Amino acid sequence: MTTAALDLSGDPKRKRRERRVRILFQSAAVFSIVVSAAIVFSLIGRAIGFLLEIDLSQLWADGWFPRRGRFDLRTIVWHTLVVSAIAMVVATPLGLGASVYLSEYASPRARRVLKPILEVLAGIPSVVLGFFALKFITPNILTTFFPGTQQSNLLAAGIGVGILIIPLVASVSEDAMRAVPIALREASYGLGAQKWRTSLSVVFPAALSGIVASLILGLSRAIGETMVVAIAAGATGGSLLQVNPLNGGQTMTGAMASLAIGSDQVVGEAGTFDSLFFVGLLLFFMTLALNIFSERFVKRFRQRY
Amino acid sequence: MATRSKMPTTSDLVKASISGKKTDFVGIAVAFILLLTVFVSLGILITLLADMLIKGWSVFADRGWDFISSPLSPDPEKAGLSQAIFGSLILMVFVVIVAFPLGVGAAIYLEEYAKDTRMTRFIVANMRNLAGVPSIVYGLLGFAVFVQLLSGITNGRTLISGGLTLAVLVLPIMMITASEALRAVPDALRQASYGVGATKWETIRHHVLPVATPAILTGSVLTVARAFGESAPLLLAGAVLSNFFSAPAGTGVVTLVTEGDYTALPIVVFNWARQPQKEFVAITAAGIVVLLVILLLVNGVAIYLRDRASRRAA
Amino acid sequence: MNVFSVHDLNVYYSDFHAVRDVSVDVKEHEITAFIGPSGCGKSTVLRCFNRMNDLIETARVEGEIKYHGVDLYGGEVDPVQVRRHIGMVFQKPNPFPKSIYDNVAFGPRIAGFKGNLDELVESSLERAALWDEVKDILDQSAFALSGGQQQRLCIARAIATSPDVLLMDEPASALDPIATLRIEELMHELKGEYTIIIVTHNMQQAARVSDRTAFFNVSLNEQGQRTGQLVEFDETGLIFTNPKETATEDYITGRFG
Repeated sequence: MTTAALDLSGDPKRKRRERRVRILFQSAAVFSIVVSAAIVFSLIGRAIGFLLEIDLSQLWADGWFPRRGRFDLRTIVWHTLVVSAIAMVVATPLGLGASVYLSEYASPRARRVLKPILEVLAGIPSVVLGFFALKFITPNILTTFFPGTQQSNLLAAGIGVGILIIPLVASVSEDAMRAVPIALREASYGLGAQKWRTSLSVVFPAALSGIVASLILGLSRAIGETMVVAIAAGATGGSLLQVNPLNGGQTMTGAMASLAIGSDQVVGEAGTFDSLFFVGLLLFFMTLALNIFSERFVKRFRQRY
Repeated sequence: MATRSKMPTTSDLVKASISGKKTDFVGIAVAFILLLTVFVSLGILITLLADMLIKGWSVFADRGWDFISSPLSPDPEKAGLSQAIFGSLILMVFVVIVAFPLGVGAAIYLEEYAKDTRMTRFIVANMRNLAGVPSIVYGLLGFAVFVQLLSGITNGRTLISGGLTLAVLVLPIMMITASEALRAVPDALRQASYGVGATKWETIRHHVLPVATPAILTGSVLTVARAFGESAPLLLAGAVLSNFFSAPAGTGVVTLVTEGDYTALPIVVFNWARQPQKEFVAITAAGIVVLLVILLLVNGVAIYLRDRASRRAA
Repeated sequence: MNVFSVHDLNVYYSDFHAVRDVSVDVKEHEITAFIGPSGCGKSTVLRCFNRMNDLIETARVEGEIKYHGVDLYGGEVDPVQVRRHIGMVFQKPNPFPKSIYDNVAFGPRIAGFKGNLDELVESSLERAALWDEVKDILDQSAFALSGGQQQRLCIARAIATSPDVLLMDEPASALDPIATLRIEELMHELKGEYTIIIVTHNMQQAARVSDRTAFFNVSLNEQGQRTGQLVEFDETGLIFTNPKETATEDYITGRFG
């Protein structure tokens, strides 16, 4: 081969095509930033508008009754915390237990059956669990144990949300436990430890960062869950701050849903509809903080193998 | 000799010490509790399904196909799901057309092209955070952007607004599943392709995508199933929450999509669930059964795709 | 005639100085072997010849590599075009998950090959000494072949784009002794048409197949970091019988490494 014949510069047509394809994919990736920007801007503008329309003392009023201009944040935030706490009480033992069982105890055959079932549970829409909470959990279970239960109540909603996040907690923490190297388990067995001791004292702590992350993610999902509370927690239109979870009450998402479905869209006090954006912004930042915290937590405390 | 023969031999001692005689109560208890948690979760699932079937059975028995093919009605004896199913199907078409190419395209860029720059890391972190944003917040986005800001294009409260809102909602999930699928493709394959003088796009198109496609499809179908069950964002993105709405007689599909009122299956379930009359309980449960059957079919397709792919790889 | 002339080649991965000041000439229709202990940079240098290092984000190459007198790292040069002239065979056989035929045909297809593809596939497989074994199963998956057959398929795949250089990165290290022998025989047959550079950790292999041998070693630089360096480069016979450097002698006699 002679030097003159050697052309290594490549086909310009092919290079142009490469560049075009690259730009196409790059714009798809950049689009996700456009989406976040759109979310933040659509929330912030009207949330600020809301704050300007009302008197700030209205945020610290007697109960959440947007039509009457009472936007007591304590009420809806407290109810959200109650529902989320109940959800975590349900989902933590069931989700973690299932994850330890699936990762450490289940035979491959049992896993092949149980995992898809867990996926089915994960795929059940939240409206379904809302209806289940309203028409089964409350009348068939709660009224049996607590005769004073209201037809719509925070406890049933919390249980419904809890059921909804069991699969999330289970699958994320199972992944964390399965990521623990076999060698660590063998080391434990090699010292004569039983299976339960290996699972609970070696694997579980080694996977702790992922397990905690699964719980934080579960909490974040519980706080943002809308349809279950919209159906089962009741109090469409507004509520006073309820200490008793057997009463109905409005959560942040519940308040948003009832504003959204228009039952409150009738002209009320100033800012009635825009309060939706203010609560949405609050919710956005709460869940964002939890998600970032869970990711940081995994990064900071992940053990290196 | 006699005394010596009475002494235990080494093998007796070894045997005694390695045959476990003590019952490990803690171990049994732990295994029992773990199994119990699994059965409680399963029990909840079975109870839920059974409850819906029992409550909704009379609707299928009495009305059969009529329940599926009838439009909405304030009369629970006549109300049906045809408009809801139509709306949900069109919404999914939007999700597939918009979110699938954008999500897969973005994933290809991030996994195959992007260098590890601050911009790339920002996009990835942003995508993960978007996936965690509550769905009702996407509803606010849909309301502000698609229903109001872009009403010139979407005609306000139409299926276009709803479809775009759901597409944006599942976009980050689509990106994450596609990214994982691409990351699972072994690097040796890319090297082999570059080694014979293929360009980046030729490598992706001929080698990376064919290997990643089953996983991408499975993830996408599961994601579409998730969008199918979403209702909170549609409350804000213009779905009609009413016991009755009608389209002018003889309107075509295109007009229905671009101009008509719309609803979706989970929205109808929600609307029925909040009706105070007792007669709505049965059709709500029956609507849930239809919703779950469709989801089960869709998920079944996804699991079938995944199984077929893993069997072929083996 | 020199196919490659390398002058003061330095390779960095981020801050890590992987290879320092390598200068070497590779002659046409010869087999040049790169030997040395692990971490000595021999594979890194090999991957500079077809710009595979461009695929590693953090890699930086300094110095000069001339390919038939053309600077491989010159501004006009397209790495993709380079790889069509300079084929590569990897350490682990890495056939595409496609049919045997498509494995060989892929390279020519994307290069816009206009001739008779069937003939090209046949002749490439023949040159890789695989034709007789696969001629009846061309449409079967490449994964159905044994490891040694897969590696010869990868050689056929590299040949099919009609390169003039073959880079082989420890091509037999994942194979059993019999399959290794087949590969070595094949290299002898191929060197009439191609210039071959082989990286190997197996000294006997270098002694058996190569005309010239470059011995690389690990040294510590001023900051105490490990860096690969070329110690000695000569005709294979001389390297193995009469090395000039004591480090080379120590390595080939098995005193370290």
